[in-house]
Amino acid sequence: MKYLKEVTKGIWERNPVFILGIGNCPTLAVSTSVSNALWMALASTFVLVFSNMFVSALRKLVPSHIRIPIFITIIATFVIIVELTLKAFQPDIYRSLGIFIPLIVVNCIILGRAEDFASKNDVFRSMLDGLGMGLGFGLTLLMLAIVREILGANRLLGYTLIPGMEPATIMIIAPGAFFTLAIILTGMNYLNARKKG
Amino acid sequence: MEINTLFVILISTIFINNYVLSQMLGLCPFLGVSKKLDSAIGMGLAVIFVMGLSSFFTFIIYKYVLVPFDITYLTTIAFILIIAGFVQFVEMVIEKVSPVLYYSLGIFLPLITTNCAVLGVTVLNIESGFVNSNMGLLMAVVQGVGGGIGFTLALILMAGIRERLEVADIPEHMKGLPITFIVAGLMAMAFLGFSGMKI
Repeated sequence: MKYLKEVTKGIWERNPVFILGIGNCPTLAVSTSVSNALWMALASTFVLVFSNMFVSALRKLVPSHIRIPIFITIIATFVIIVELTLKAFQPDIYRSLGIFIPLIVVNCIILGRAEDFASKNDVFRSMLDGLGMGLGFGLTLLMLAIVREILGANRLLGYTLIPGMEPATIMIIAPGAFFTLAIILTGMNYLNARKKG
Repeated sequence: MEINTLFVILISTIFINNYVLSQMLGLCPFLGVSKKLDSAIGMGLAVIFVMGLSSFFTFIIYKYVLVPFDITYLTTIAFILIIAGFVQFVEMVIEKVSPVLYYSLGIFLPLITTNCAVLGVTVLNIESGFVNSNMGLLMAVVQGVGGGIGFTLALILMAGIRERLEVADIPEHMKGLPITFIVAGLMAMAFLGFSGMKI
């Protein structure tokens, strides 16, 4: 039960994007379509889980004043694995995610979890934490992507929804991303305020 | 001819493909350091400096080390280490040479390592195919500096607006991040106006 908590906290209570306010760049830039969002979530979760495990396993060996470069090297290693795998097996996805695959390295969520959690906890709990944060990040991405793909391209997962309807292109480009996130955050503030009474 | 190309790169990275507002790179510092105008200017200058010089170093390493040894798959890890090392180095030099500058700029420098606009511009320099041009290095540096100026422009505009938002009457649930995102969205719409521009 105690272990389950490590997974679920990332989804709502300490959701990286909504509550902690980090990892905005990939969230906004990649949520243009549901398939992009799913692949990005998968790639980031993979990197999060494995970098958390390795950082945690090495936590007693790493001298504290050079820990950041070491963490970044560990993270970058897994990012390269993801990059090469996607390039080999999913070239279309690799092309449409483009620069945001190498940029997983500088996703603040991953370095933040390594620093805040994995460097202080055991391997198993760090793995669960990585999984939870990855899920939270993935669900956030998916939420934005569903709204943006339906409104901005009149499609979901590549299928046209209403034939002949002109989509609101603005939702698929940068301003739409900012507006969608702003509205979701407003909704969350409202819900949280109501819960408190 | 060559000067013309450089000018086109500069204008398009500052306005047309503004890294923050149209490519959505570097949003963390854009939202984090835009509360006060003074700190926005400090951060902006530090980013211009780091982006320009990281473009220079990563380009040289890519062209003269990674390509000849056929290890371009290590691009990501090599670039992030160069940037992290360079930022650390700049921090130490500034601390020794000019303590005054260090106190006004120093706190922003460690943050720059994880600014995705910096890694972004170095990767984009490679993807733009500058390596094949004999003016490549200059083009990469211009793109780096232009990206930094574009980032600074967005940051300063945002800081100016946010200072006024402090005293504005905003709906209760929109205070804080939501209204900031709305403002960013409106700014991004304004910058869309540049996207049809032909140079």
